[in-house]
Order: sequence, then structure tokens, then C-alpha cells
Amino acid sequence: MIETTIVIVATVLMAPLMGGVISGADRILTARLQARVGPPLLQPFYDVLKLLGKEPVAVNVWQFFCAYAYLTASLIAVVLFALGSDLLLVLFTQAVGAIFLVVGALSSTSPFSQVGAHRELLQILSYEPLLLLVAVGIYLETGSFKIGQVLVQPEPLLLKLPFLFVALGYALTIKLRKSPFDLSTSHHGHQEIVKGLLTDYAGPLLAFIEIGHWFDVVLLLGLCALFWATSWIGMVLIVTLTYAAEIVIDNVAARLSWRWMLGYVWAMGLTLSIVNLIWIHVR
Amino acid sequence: MFKRILQRSRIKSPWLLHYDCSSCNGCDIEVLACLTPLYDIERFGIVNMGNPMHADILLVTGTANHRNKKILRNLYDQMPEPKAVIAIGACALSGGVFRETYNVVGGVDKVIPVDVYVPGCAAKPEAIIDGVVLGLEKFKQKLDRTVADKQDTREVRLCR
Repeated sequence: MIETTIVIVATVLMAPLMGGVISGADRILTARLQARVGPPLLQPFYDVLKLLGKEPVAVNVWQFFCAYAYLTASLIAVVLFALGSDLLLVLFTQAVGAIFLVVGALSSTSPFSQVGAHRELLQILSYEPLLLLVAVGIYLETGSFKIGQVLVQPEPLLLKLPFLFVALGYALTIKLRKSPFDLSTSHHGHQEIVKGLLTDYAGPLLAFIEIGHWFDVVLLLGLCALFWATSWIGMVLIVTLTYAAEIVIDNVAARLSWRWMLGYVWAMGLTLSIVNLIWIHVR
Repeated sequence: MFKRILQRSRIKSPWLLHYDCSSCNGCDIEVLACLTPLYDIERFGIVNMGNPMHADILLVTGTANHRNKKILRNLYDQMPEPKAVIAIGACALSGGVFRETYNVVGGVDKVIPVDVYVPGCAAKPEAIIDGVVLGLEKFKQKLDRTVADKQDTREVRLCR
């Protein structure tokens, strides 16, 4: 019981810190790739603290509910992940948060918000099947959806599920809002339809959404870490390399249309996943 | 202590909104030049936003006229407190060469309160960065006032 409490408290405190530092490092690396110096490492924390101190402005009261629901769902998903819970439960909790973000954006009449929300739904449609297939692959390999079961595997999962890891990479790129998939909303300096999904979230609400996004980043990188869960060094290495690859892809790729995203991610992602699942089954 | 951290965060993370009131684009090009690798204002946490609801500092270039003064006012009203306004270039300061024209209101300060004036035709990127830094000082001073206001009326403002 005490152990569980410690894990929950540590996750709630550490996950946003990790997410913020990752986001700060991301901004510095991106700036360096563009021949700039870039902001300080703690810049995301300054941004969020500033937003928390701003006047609360909203278009309607639903936005408050949706922003809180998104933050709570993302937080619960990460806590469940840290507790070694059921992988499906974690993914569905995360999906609930993502949907609330869309609902909040749809409650506004702003056309930017509306277009952003519809694009976000298409993004969810693109990556959600891949995340589920990753969970199915892990189930077929370990015989359980429990995350605890993955941690006791003698061999890293990456050797058995390499194609599913690539498919997870597609989902990660969409979820991290990286080019070429940053259609619904994008990070600083790469504007798309003003701010798309986040146009009408302002002040403290935007801060909550940013913190929720940090939780999402930590969750997805945790999912990546499961692919080399046999050693700590392997976990850190796989997460670092994956994230570095994401930053490079973000900087070399142009933003593309939703039709291309849906077609490409489904064609490539689903094919890779199914080939991997058949391979596990036949072997 | 929390107030100090908040104040520090505010100064370190000013998000800009740039509005062009019928300028000749000279000043606009200089504003955008600040974002390039040569000046790289993201070093100071400054980011150019397209959305007034996310912005802290409003940069206005060009002279206000009867057509765009409502838009300017609307953008200013949509920005959440605390906020600062920086007028850039001769036209935004006083109307510049268009001052006597029939359709021109004059300086931006005839429409919205301006905190910092950056002169020049066109204003240099260094001068604009200087103006933003001065604007941040004003921004800092506004903190105490906003906190006091908030205690009086703890309610949420609904835009639109």
C-alpha cells in the first residue's frame, strides 16, 4: 500500500518535470539544427508558469471542463503505466483525454479551432489502431497485457517486435505533434491555422494542456522503453535515440495533408504491424 | 516567493503578437528579421504567436486608420492581462508621412494604450529587441497591479 502511494506521488511529481526537460532539450536541439542558439533548458517551465499566472480567459465554460479532463486522463494514464497496470487500460485512458481536448475545441465557434479539432480527430484515427496493435503484439509475445509481465522478459521485445516498434514511431510522431504530422496544432514557431486545436484555449487552460502534453510524452516514451526493458541502459538508450530521430524528422520534413497522413500511416503502419504479428504467430 | 518565480517566468517568456496596421512592410520585415538565426530572439524565450489569446506583448507597425482601428482594439481586448503594447516605426508612433492624410487616425496610441515607442523608418531589429526588453520592464511592473485587481474580482472573462 505504502509502496503504491510512493509510486503514485513520485509519478505525479516526476513526470511533468521529465516532460518539461525533454521539451526544453527538444527546443534547444531544434534551434541548433536551424543554426540558432535556442532558449534555455527550463524555457517550457517559464512558459507554463507564466500562463498559469495569466488572466483566465475562455470562450465558454466547457473549455474548463475539457482542459481539466484532458490533464486528469493523461495523469491517470501515466500513473497506471507506472503502477505496471494493464496496457489496454492505459491506452484507453489516454484516448479519453485526447477526445476531451477535441470536444473542448469543438465547443468554440472559431473556425481555426473547428478545423484543428477535425484534424485532431483524423490524427487520433491514424495513430490509435497502431497503439492498439502494439499492445496486441506485446500480448502475443508475453502472454499478458500487464506491463509487469513485459519487465520480466528475458530478452528485449525489440528483437521480436521490430516492425511494431517502427509503427509505434509513426504513432509517436503524430502524438508528439511533429512534422510531417503536426496538422491539428503545432509547436512554437511553426504555426498552422493560427494554433489549430489550441486556438481558443488561453492562459491557465493552455498551461494545463501543456502539462497534459508532457504527461503524454512521458507515457509514449515509456511505451518505447518497454521495447528494451531488460536493462536500464537499454531503456535510456532506446528512448534517447527514438526522440533524437523524432527531432531530426521534425526538422527535415514538411507538413503534409491529412489525406496523406491517414493513407500513409494506415498503409505503412498497419502493414508493418500485421507482418510482425504474423511473424510472431508463425514462428 | 511564488510571486518572484511568477515574475521571473513572465519576463523570461514573452509571447509576441505582431499586427500590421497598413504599414509599408519595412518595419514588418525588420520584426521578422528578429526571428532569424542572426538575431534569434527565441534565446530570450520570445516566440512569435499568431493568436491574440496566447500573446503577452502586442507589436504594432504602421499607422492606425479608420478601417483598422476596430481590429486593433479587438486584438488588444482579446489578449489576457497582463499585457504590453509596443509601437514600432515612425508611422505607428505618430502617423509618420501619412499623418495629415484624411483616412488616418494618427499614432497607435490614439486607439490603444502604448507602453513603449520604438522610433525609426524602418526600425532596426536591434532597436526592436531593445524595445521588447523595455516592454518587459513595464510588464514586470504591471504584475502587482494585476494581482491586486484579481483579488477584487475573481471571475473569468469570456471572450466573444
